[in-house]
Amino acid sequence: MQKEYDVIIIGGGITGAATLRDCALRGLSSLLIERGDICDGASGRNHGLLHSGARYAVTDREGAEECIRENRILRRIASNCVEPTEGLFISLPEDGLDYQANFIQKCREAGIDAQAIDPAEALRMEPAINPRIIGAVKVPDAAVDPFRLVDANILDARRHGADILKFTAVTGLVKENGRVIGVRTSKGDVFRAREVVLAAGIWTAGLAREAGVNISMMPSKGSLIIFGHRVAGHVINRCRKPANADILVPGDVVSVLGTTSDKVPIETCDDMHATPQEVELLLREGEQLVPSLAHTRIIRAYAGVRPLVVADPAGDGRNVSRGIVLLDHETRDGVPGLITITGGKLTTARLMAEMATDLVCEKIGSKARCETAARHLPGSEGRKPRFIDPFNIRAAIGRHGEEVARMDFDNGGEIVCECEHVTRAEIAYAVKEFGVRNVSDLRRHTRIGMGTCQGSFCIKKVAEVLAGELGVDPEGLVHDYLQERWKGITPVLWGDTLREAEYMQKVNRNEI
Amino acid sequence: MSTGSVNLEQCLKCNLCTLVCPMMEVNPDYPGPKKAGPDGERYRLKDPAFFDYALKYCLNCKRCEVACPSDVHIGDMIQSARIKYGSQAKKKGLRGLRDWTLASTDLVGTVSSPVAPLVNGVLGTRPVKAVMDAVLAVDKHRTFPKYSRQKFVSWFRKQDQSAFDRFVTYFHGCYVNYNYPDLGKDFVRLMNAAGYGVHLLNKEKCCGVALMSNGFADKARKQGTVNLDSMRKAVSAGEQVLTTSSTCTFTMRDEYPDVLGLDNSEIRDSLMLATKWLYTKLSAGEIHLNFRKDFKMKVVYHTACHMQKMGWQIYSIALLQMIPGLDLTVLDQNCCGIAGTFGFKKENYGYSQAIGSKLFADVEDSGADIVATDCETCKWQIEMSTGKTVLNPVEILAKAVEF
Repeated sequence: MQKEYDVIIIGGGITGAATLRDCALRGLSSLLIERGDICDGASGRNHGLLHSGARYAVTDREGAEECIRENRILRRIASNCVEPTEGLFISLPEDGLDYQANFIQKCREAGIDAQAIDPAEALRMEPAINPRIIGAVKVPDAAVDPFRLVDANILDARRHGADILKFTAVTGLVKENGRVIGVRTSKGDVFRAREVVLAAGIWTAGLAREAGVNISMMPSKGSLIIFGHRVAGHVINRCRKPANADILVPGDVVSVLGTTSDKVPIETCDDMHATPQEVELLLREGEQLVPSLAHTRIIRAYAGVRPLVVADPAGDGRNVSRGIVLLDHETRDGVPGLITITGGKLTTARLMAEMATDLVCEKIGSKARCETAARHLPGSEGRKPRFIDPFNIRAAIGRHGEEVARMDFDNGGEIVCECEHVTRAEIAYAVKEFGVRNVSDLRRHTRIGMGTCQGSFCIKKVAEVLAGELGVDPEGLVHDYLQERWKGITPVLWGDTLREAEYMQKVNRNEI
Repeated sequence: MSTGSVNLEQCLKCNLCTLVCPMMEVNPDYPGPKKAGPDGERYRLKDPAFFDYALKYCLNCKRCEVACPSDVHIGDMIQSARIKYGSQAKKKGLRGLRDWTLASTDLVGTVSSPVAPLVNGVLGTRPVKAVMDAVLAVDKHRTFPKYSRQKFVSWFRKQDQSAFDRFVTYFHGCYVNYNYPDLGKDFVRLMNAAGYGVHLLNKEKCCGVALMSNGFADKARKQGTVNLDSMRKAVSAGEQVLTTSSTCTFTMRDEYPDVLGLDNSEIRDSLMLATKWLYTKLSAGEIHLNFRKDFKMKVVYHTACHMQKMGWQIYSIALLQMIPGLDLTVLDQNCCGIAGTFGFKKENYGYSQAIGSKLFADVEDSGADIVATDCETCKWQIEMSTGKTVLNPVEILAKAVEF
């Protein structure tokens, strides 16, 4: 039997990471267990949109208010992960302006600064948008890099004493006299805790069932496509009742278009991928937002699962509340020692963590107060290095902020991934700080291979460098990575993407 | 406005551009065409702060574009980025003054021509060169092209062209007008001998290449607009616009639309180098020139980078090959390194000479009497670096023709 933690959190997405941070900052001894890598699930498969709440203002006032509050907090505490792009809600002639009037009213009621602007002014601000617009509203949407945000939470938690166990699945909850007292892992270990928090997104339901608790979850699949560069500088929304493919987000150096929303069987959640039909739908709708998307190169398509908790499993997922769901299984199901935190959004994860940690503290009798809204995340301390540095490390500064101080560019300034300007030093940092197993993990922490060539030219070198760091065989790393990339490339295999893919094959078969 | 960033995603990252970049070979600070072009552009689109001042090392030779199998406008992308994002890097003080002076070919030429002997004398003296080197950072090894006392246009005004019934329009450029009217005179004599009269443009301004590379894009755009207006008049009157400088031609044909966003579609096909026009007409038998029987010359031809980009070296080479008694060798295509005003700057001198070294060795080893090239700045560089005389193919042709 190992040491007893105050709290064990299951799930290394944004919810789990934020909860771990909150617990650690409150001085609780905490352990996070994740079956794969950090940000492996839905947290790494979304829009990267920092909601202003405008999207929900018409249908979900409470959700909208949560969003705008958290939006303001994250801009401050996670400044390096957030890009204050601002957002536009555009109306096309077929949308009419009725929705817009109500939309502005509801936004204001929720405390969201929504400003109607002249279509001509909107086109000046954002020349890429559909010139047919008849109306536009400016809202404080922003882009947030989900990978960096989760990483920053993990780093902060660890630096405040939290433990993290990755690549380790929880195979069962350990119960004693009806109380959950710990977890059993795929490696055969048992970890004890005074409270166990389920924060595993759609996988929460399965874990809860282990403890005899029923949570009715509805997996709602959302597919997205990534375009090779930034076509617009603002988040572009369609000002109408939420529908498919009506948000385009400038995420880092790419553009992300999404999403679809389809109810899917829970068994499919472990292998999510976008289909050609979804890509077609996204493109058709996306062109209405920004016409140039029709001829912009698509890098790949991907899909994530929204962990929605529902009363009515018949809906399509879009009208279901995406509100925060905090379940105290002691009062709800008579199972003490177990808490579930789910639902919500990337934007509201900090608040979800605060709510979950408040409950944990109540259960274990801690009076510690939440500090997560006041303290800056690592990399966002506000002393961001200025762009006077050599070209090869600027992208790293953009990604990691002050964390670049931990990267040894003197000995690793050489660029390995040219599309995204990833150096040896950044790879070494990611290996050290996040304990990566393979190139896909490395990608999540660095952007390696996320550029237009998708690793065609750097994968072998990346694998060599990583294999050197890890002491493993590089061939296997190459194979696994290409298989994973291929999944996202297949549904968009035409035009320049096809040319690149053919090139990728030739290079990696040593035919070139 | 510019098309610079439009096709960055056609880049497959094959790095062929990197292989042919002359600057990369000699300067580790230059990120190279792929990184400076399509790779960097993705980041600049996110945040202009990703603009890298090392882009100033791009020679704009366009060899990357010639090599690119995907037709990515790499050089345009870099030029456009320098114009769009490099403005804050605009140098102040004496280097700013130097760049402005080097870029303002029209103005400096106009001021210098009337006092040409004085300017030429002063610019050639050691103390002045030392002062310019130290104060203005114009490298002391450089020799400024001499200013001519009589401008080409002043000479031309005295030439009676009224006897002709067919005309071409001549874009003489700054170099012919202020420094080297002899080339323009040769051009006019050849055209007249071929039965064509010569008109000048209604209004001619510097093509703007030096302005663009020194960060004065707005002024270049203004001058380009004047030139295009004049050319449209000439073309609509049924005349072709001929030139004797490959760089001016390339700038007006390709950089105007691709970098400055100026529409030249109405005149683009009618604007060409005199060598192309002459070769086409001569080989089709539409014009005739009497070649001297006693002409003998051993010539090596150097393909200027912008000639290679236009693909027009074949016309100049074929034209030279038509000349009886001319022994022609075509050199390997290597950049001479000067890149217009680039090589005049003290901080670039070393790179310029290192890039040109292969070409200089080829020229020295060739045993030729004369080096032929269509670019005046290549001419300055090769003459300074090898001691050989460099002539425009039009001048060589004029020497071989019996007038």
